[in-house]
Amino acid sequence: MFTETFVAALLLGAVTAGIPLLLAGLGEQISEKAGVLNIGLEGMMLAGAYAGFAVAYHADSFALGFLAGGAAGLAAAMLMVLCCVIGGMNQIVVGIAITLGAEGLTALEHHFAFSRSYPRLPKAETLPVPGLSELPVVGRAFFDHPPLVYLAVLLTFVMVWIYRRTHIGLNLQAAGDRPAALDAAGVGVRTTRALAVLSTGFLAGVGGAYLSAVGGGLFLPFMTGGDGFIAIVLAMLARGRPTWVLLGAFLFGISLSLTTALQVAGVNVPTDVIQMLPFAMVIVVLVLFGRNSRLPPALGLPYRRGVR
Amino acid sequence: MSAAELVTGAVRILLPVLLALVAGGLVLLAMGADPLAYYGYVVERGLLSRTGLEASVTRMAPLLLIAAGLIVAFRAGLWNLGVDGQFLLAAVVVAALAPALAPAVPHWLMVPVCFAVAFAVGAVWSVIPAFLKAVHGINEIIATLMMSFLGVGLANILIKLVFFDPATTVPQTATLAVEDRLARLGATTVHWGVLLGVAAVLAVHWLMGHTALGLRLQIVGSSPRAAIHAGINLRRLTFVAFALGAGLAGVGGAADVMGVHGTVQADWNPAYGILVIPLVFLARFNGWGVIAFVFGFAVLMIGGESAARRVGVPTFFVLVLVALLLLFLAVVEYLDHERRRRRAA
Repeated sequence: MFTETFVAALLLGAVTAGIPLLLAGLGEQISEKAGVLNIGLEGMMLAGAYAGFAVAYHADSFALGFLAGGAAGLAAAMLMVLCCVIGGMNQIVVGIAITLGAEGLTALEHHFAFSRSYPRLPKAETLPVPGLSELPVVGRAFFDHPPLVYLAVLLTFVMVWIYRRTHIGLNLQAAGDRPAALDAAGVGVRTTRALAVLSTGFLAGVGGAYLSAVGGGLFLPFMTGGDGFIAIVLAMLARGRPTWVLLGAFLFGISLSLTTALQVAGVNVPTDVIQMLPFAMVIVVLVLFGRNSRLPPALGLPYRRGVR
Repeated sequence: MSAAELVTGAVRILLPVLLALVAGGLVLLAMGADPLAYYGYVVERGLLSRTGLEASVTRMAPLLLIAAGLIVAFRAGLWNLGVDGQFLLAAVVVAALAPALAPAVPHWLMVPVCFAVAFAVGAVWSVIPAFLKAVHGINEIIATLMMSFLGVGLANILIKLVFFDPATTVPQTATLAVEDRLARLGATTVHWGVLLGVAAVLAVHWLMGHTALGLRLQIVGSSPRAAIHAGINLRRLTFVAFALGAGLAGVGGAADVMGVHGTVQADWNPAYGILVIPLVFLARFNGWGVIAFVFGFAVLMIGGESAARRVGVPTFFVLVLVALLLLFLAVVEYLDHERRRRRAA
């Protein structure tokens, strides 16, 4: 069963399925660090998935599609900023509203724009890394992807640098751990959190656009199917470390790509079983390592100056 | 309660509904549909026609039972967002059990056994999130959502591999004979599961307001730390609140299967759970309010299903309305809070 083709298909699929999780997970991590629990992540991904697909389809450009996806995620995040960061409303209620609203709106839009047809995009052009992409098995799986994939992996390490070495990183951390201290230091808590949530929305949107435009090559209503929630778990378990999000996204990517890989290998497993794998993995991970998941003390609480 | 308070109360409840309907109308306009025709059709088919009204009232049964469970969980401060998995898993188990039991035991025994099993299935499906919350302090939103996806998947596997009826081509469970289903009320098509739902909501309302258990759950909900100081066994109560909430959702699944469908087909997932959440919030966890809102929502669902065929607006629109409702609810709540704060200051 573990033939070369099987492993190659599995790894390739894992990268394709893992990239949306990586982008959304890195995004969610920024929000969580800053003290905002972004339950609307699933909705932001879905908004990005539809906008990304629609623009890539009409403009015939993947790059514009990704940007449009990011913009759609940003728009959804703007709602979160207005309601939760500025208004101090319940983050969970607004998050659920964003997810439900995005589910309904994208499905409606798709219905009115495409009726019952599901047009496909051409295969995205890849940028093979010279030399490395010639390697057996891992070459095609890791080094022959659209540029966005390398950018997403690179972003992981940029985030490490931001968190460790820059003031922005410290401000984000403080906004989640001790918002009052950040305020006293003369940095706006709301501004910091607003920027964090907007970054989250953009990244989740781009992740969603990758899912629809490159991963599937088409848009289906509700196509994120829980990816946003898995990304939230990734961010929770990574405890603020971007590299863990990368590793986790790849592991979940493997479990997501197992269906296709097994079909390539000719093994017949009911798709329901495979589809349950990532969620079962989350539960197992939570039961085993849940004690270690760490969330900032001020997570989920709106900040009001002078109010304790 | 003074007249002024009554008015503000009514505004706080009705304003979000009104705003959501207006904003939803704008969405319809933007999509090129006629909002007045849509809403008119919804009311006509969901409320004003006899078959529509009966269908709406019938639809209330699962929604009310889910709502009853959510009241318990939310009052105890627990975000059980995994209702769909609990509901569907219990529905599938009952769909397999009821047709097997019906020929063997009398109807008056079969029905309670099925409801009890459904309650147990739903409750069992909440044990892991309850454990994670009570012991590890892990956010229950994520855990219940994951368990919900797992529950839906497991329900489908059970239908396709274990409980399938060999006589049908589409994978589905054996069908419960019409005479073995929950009895109808008078000359209507409404089954008595609706009364069970109303009773469950009122019972929960009473439980939370008038019993020691309800009081303890509310203390846990408003301040877990205060609960520990009051000598309340936080862990045990977390398990109890989860089990009650999830069990009632399971009973909702059983009522829908034994009252309406008689079987569960593969990949059937009405996803009622997430839709009932805003109604429970809107009613501020008040049982009577919940019943009223569930009725209104059932009309919207049934009318919306007809409108999908006639006016050409897919049922996805109901999701948009629910999202708008939640959003405006949060906005109105926020404005009310600000107003009070300013008055106090």
